[in-house]
Amino acid sequence: MAPLLRTEDVHKRYGKEEVLRGVSMCLEPGETKVIIGPSGTGKSTLLRCINRLTEPDRGRIWLEEQEVTARKASINRLRADIGFVFQDFNLFTHLTSLENVRLGPLRVRRLGRPQANRTALEALAQVGLSDKTKSYPAELSGGQQQRVAIARALAMHPKLILFDEPTSALDPELIGEVLEVMVRLAKSGMTMLVVSHEMGFARSVADEIIFMEHGVIVEQGPPSRMFKAPTQARTGEFLRKISELYGEAD
Amino acid sequence: MPVFWQGMLVNLQLLLGLLSIGLAIGILVAIIEVYAPRPLAAVASGYEWFFRGIPEIVLLFLFYFGLTRAGWAVSPFMAAVLALGARSSAYQSQIFRGALSSIPAGQMMAARSLGMGRVAAIGRIILPQALRLSIPPWSNEFSAVLKDTTLAYSIGVVDVLRQARYMSVRTPAVSLTAFIVVALMFLVLTYAGNWMLGLLEARVRVPGLEGRARREMRFSWSRMWRRVRWRRF
Ligand SMILES: Nc1ncnc2c1ncn2[C@@H]1O[C@H](COP(=O)(O)OP(=O)(O)OP(=O)(O)O)[C@@H](O)[C@H]1O
Ligand SMILES: [Mg+2]
Repeated sequence: MAPLLRTEDVHKRYGKEEVLRGVSMCLEPGETKVIIGPSGTGKSTLLRCINRLTEPDRGRIWLEEQEVTARKASINRLRADIGFVFQDFNLFTHLTSLENVRLGPLRVRRLGRPQANRTALEALAQVGLSDKTKSYPAELSGGQQQRVAIARALAMHPKLILFDEPTSALDPELIGEVLEVMVRLAKSGMTMLVVSHEMGFARSVADEIIFMEHGVIVEQGPPSRMFKAPTQARTGEFLRKISELYGEAD
Repeated sequence: MPVFWQGMLVNLQLLLGLLSIGLAIGILVAIIEVYAPRPLAAVASGYEWFFRGIPEIVLLFLFYFGLTRAGWAVSPFMAAVLALGARSSAYQSQIFRGALSSIPAGQMMAARSLGMGRVAAIGRIILPQALRLSIPPWSNEFSAVLKDTTLAYSIGVVDVLRQARYMSVRTPAVSLTAFIVVALMFLVLTYAGNWMLGLLEARVRVPGLEGRARREMRFSWSRMWRRVRWRRF
């Protein structure tokens, strides 16, 4: 089967700084991969390149058979199929939870209002927020806001969801509720590419861990092997460091 | 008394005209300044700079005589609407520009990531937030231009000020009274307008998007009362 997502030799520089120096990877349907790596390594840049919120300088990206990086790609249609969950939620401040989640189905998918409503309510139920449909983002906790943001992505019925450090802006006691939703999603067969240092999450649902540093993939492999026997010294070093910072992976 | 209302009606028409022009162009200029490519944005900034840098009364004469010279037999009223409208659009664009650029970049990113186009994102996500934030500073602009409508007097518009002037020429004994009446009318209108804008603001308020600017022109009994009590003790 063709991979759902494939990137080939993606490059990006900001001024003199080469942030991505040839990243190639792929993601099969239903897979979850977790990207880890030190700060400033280009993890967020890679995710943003995948749906071209940032234009890559070089390299190609495919979503199934469609080339995202093609000059005449209809990027809005492709983006509709790629969910994006941001570190700081970025919920639309002036819209209620329901309106936030309904906006895409209504205005991008152009479903009718009743169907858009139904889709949005389903998505909110999936993240356990059926009782918060009328709340504005400012009235929700960080964990709830991130769950609404996940519902907003889900309501588009995307082929793939990109998560950029979805729990790192959260108070520790709120991380669990978000991870729980993400674990459920991964197990239900959603294809996910997740930048996160939550090793418990990686161990329980990741098919592969991708270790990036200085704009390249240093090593990738299933969590069991990556934790036990990384082939690169840097990988082991980094994994040890984050287990100290974030706690053991269990 | 009827002549005053008749005159004030002209001021209110002026106000309506110039505010509409100012609002439409102001929002447009602000959007261009914030979202359009550099050269276009520079033109918009130039527009803003131009109309903020010339005294209103000079603008009135420039528009009136300029448009006439250009072959458009413009009425003083029309010239006043256009001149004051252009001036107000420059100030309003400043208000909207501030509001637009205070909306976090993540809002646009989130909208684009759903597959919304740029225009749709501005229309559905950015503007609704920016306009809410703009109401308090816009109220100040409203109060300012309401009073500025009297400047139309200078190019011969028969507004409330001119009516008062006619009256004081006809019956010099009531001169002062006439101008006091005009002053009171403006005080009442400023209060009423700001009160309505206050209602609008409350009506569209959303938690997390409260305007931060204070409304200076809004008369508040409780604030006045606090001051009075302070003096007593
Ligand atoms: N819009 C931008 N303009 C200029 N430089 C940028 C921009 N976005 C990112 N960078 C730079 O690119 C580098 C990589 O950034 P990126 O956010 O992709 O790293 P990251 O791996 O996600 O790091 P973190 O773990 O801190 O989120 C950083 O040095 C950053 O300063
Ligand atoms: Mg990042």
